[in-house]
Amino acid sequence: MNENSFAFVATSDKPQLPAPQGMTGTVGWVRQNLFSSPLNTALTLLSIFAVYSVVPGLIDWAFIKSVWNANSLDECRQVSDGACWAVIRERYHQFLFGFYPPELYWRPVLAFVLLCAALVPALWDGMPKRGVALLFSLAFPFIAFWLIWGGLGLDPVSSSELGGLLLTLIIGVSGISFSLPIGIVLALSRSSDMPVVKSLAIIFIEFIRGVPLITLLFVAHVLLNYFLPKGVNFDIVMRVVIMVTLFASAYMAEVIRGGLAALPRGQYEAADALGLGYWQSMRLIILPQALKISIPGIVNTFIALFKDTTLVLIIGLMDPLGLVAPTLADQRWNGIYVELYAFIAFMFFIFCFAMSRYSMYLERKLHTGHH
Amino acid sequence: MSTLTVPADNSFQFSQLWRDGRYRSYTIQIIALVATLSVVMMLISNAVGNLEALGKDFNFGFLFQSAGYDIGQRLVEYSPVSPHWKAALVGLLNTLLVAFLACVSATVLGVFIGILRLSSNWVVSRLMAVYIEGVRNVPLLLQILAWYAVVIHVFPKPKQAEPALGGVLVATNRGFYIPAFTYEGAYPAVVAVLLSSIAGVFIFRSWAKKRQEATGQILPVGLYSLTLLVVPAGFVYFIAGMPIGLELPTLKGFNYVGGIKASASLVALWLALTIYSGAFIAEIVRAGIMAISKGQSEAASALGLRPNRILNLVILPQALRIIIPPMISNYLNITKNSSLAIAVGYMDLTGTLGGITLNQTGREMECMLLLMGTYLVISLSISGVMNAYNESVKLKGR
Repeated sequence: MNENSFAFVATSDKPQLPAPQGMTGTVGWVRQNLFSSPLNTALTLLSIFAVYSVVPGLIDWAFIKSVWNANSLDECRQVSDGACWAVIRERYHQFLFGFYPPELYWRPVLAFVLLCAALVPALWDGMPKRGVALLFSLAFPFIAFWLIWGGLGLDPVSSSELGGLLLTLIIGVSGISFSLPIGIVLALSRSSDMPVVKSLAIIFIEFIRGVPLITLLFVAHVLLNYFLPKGVNFDIVMRVVIMVTLFASAYMAEVIRGGLAALPRGQYEAADALGLGYWQSMRLIILPQALKISIPGIVNTFIALFKDTTLVLIIGLMDPLGLVAPTLADQRWNGIYVELYAFIAFMFFIFCFAMSRYSMYLERKLHTGHH
Repeated sequence: MSTLTVPADNSFQFSQLWRDGRYRSYTIQIIALVATLSVVMMLISNAVGNLEALGKDFNFGFLFQSAGYDIGQRLVEYSPVSPHWKAALVGLLNTLLVAFLACVSATVLGVFIGILRLSSNWVVSRLMAVYIEGVRNVPLLLQILAWYAVVIHVFPKPKQAEPALGGVLVATNRGFYIPAFTYEGAYPAVVAVLLSSIAGVFIFRSWAKKRQEATGQILPVGLYSLTLLVVPAGFVYFIAGMPIGLELPTLKGFNYVGGIKASASLVALWLALTIYSGAFIAEIVRAGIMAISKGQSEAASALGLRPNRILNLVILPQALRIIIPPMISNYLNITKNSSLAIAVGYMDLTGTLGGITLNQTGREMECMLLLMGTYLVISLSISGVMNAYNESVKLKGR
């Protein structure tokens, strides 16, 4: 029987065809991801409709129809019904510096530049000559204090003149940099074997975590003077910084304690077996790993602290949010709340979003694949 | 041959206190205790001295004096002549009210958003990511103030307000009105039947579960439960002549009366807390579901389970264990964050005891102690209850 006698039997492989047009490329992706089921299709259409109904209007309001040159809200409204950014243009220096004397703006600006310089060695571990640079980072708080408040040859500036983003950054940055070391000490105390130290740490942490920050700020505002010896009087910004630091360090302690607990027992035992003392094992073995595990939590605490700095408006300090009321009280800008809140929200968003992205980058970089 | 010898006790040297591991921990603890106690003693003696210098004493008698200020939003009887402790109680109940409302609504919103965020639909999951990132990175206080501005500027005055949803909800710039229940006649019978129906539903469900485990047969539990809940109570309701009614808010003069009023500040606070905490809960839910390995859902579908059963029987029970602990701290955060109410004038515990009462009486020390103590008790009890629940669903180690 001739093998060619059946015309319908193939003698060779057919050439492979590409997948159907509708299943690959953009079309295929759209079909599989956006319209795979009736529910999915409905969700997609609903989302696109939501985006379509919000975004063009928003862009129109914020950019195309916005007014930058005006002296009052009425003037803005006469030109168009878009955003009246003129208020920001007129008052941006207030939102940045509060009531800091304008001729001295160079001092906080210089302090901010130095802050960026001091952050580089702390955040970039591959930096050449990092050791020397870190010394500068350690000296930075004192330099910044001198630059902002003056004294020793510079004109003194009182705390009541501080405000705006400057105040937010003072409270936020000092809270962040002091709360981490205090948090580490508290976490180590809480997970130590010594009952007295442990219970002191528990009492402190649970007390701080059990009350809202606003009550601690009230304490700083109305009560702290009672607890200090007569004649000793802290500056209100200092008192707020102390309270915010204590508050954040309790949360920080719990985050780090989570990291300490998550480390496998073997790490502690291995450190002991090597004959390392407590501090050596903590510094060389335990803390580097525990802190690495806790990075997302630590950065979340930082972000929360930075956002919580807005609470100082309740005790009368002029942070950006606190400046909204005086602005609205101005006859010319009465009723312009949307633009002000949008601007401040944007300002905070940039800082917090940057921090969260940096933590994701750190997580990826430090992920050594052991877990 | 040499043997290790323990040094005799009489050779104790002073330096052993910090060089010898046996004594060092005692040294450190005693130093820590003495240092802490002396700091605390110093603070207290300062406070006593300063109070004396100002001619103030330390007593809580002011709590029984007349408060002299009114509170619009209240859950219990209160008038300006009521004592300060009653004002604090109204504030405490207001704190608990907004915290409870926000916890419930934020959970619903958060679970919904969290699941949508995990959707394979690119557009939907991106949109949810924008919501989560946008809300989480903006201070809560700003959001509360912004929502308050929206409520008082966008919604109409009571005079021009149109009742929405068939007269059930009236949204005005002074607050939102919803209908209230009115009770008359034989209403206890209806309530009693409803309560026993609820108990019956629980018994039925546990019986149905046992039956399913024993025989493998599945009853339409949801349908039966609903029937059991609605039919007897509805029957008694009509037999007893409809003793429970709805009182709709109606416009009288310049304001709405009747129904339940939620003041503008309560609405703003509740909205802001819901939207803010919803974003955090969404991330918790997402992390919990993502932590369950893909093998679990694949194994479940290989067993032939339908998608909703996979979620109910395989994914959720495991995800809940991961979700609950961060959820507890989120509920605590909502409760503590409700103290920001003071910024929009909602009279919660901080606004009454830590605000007007403190300013009127000048009793900073007493008011702050009470305020912090109360928040501490609330926080510790919430975390106690939730931790007990967490214990009960935790994976039992064998």
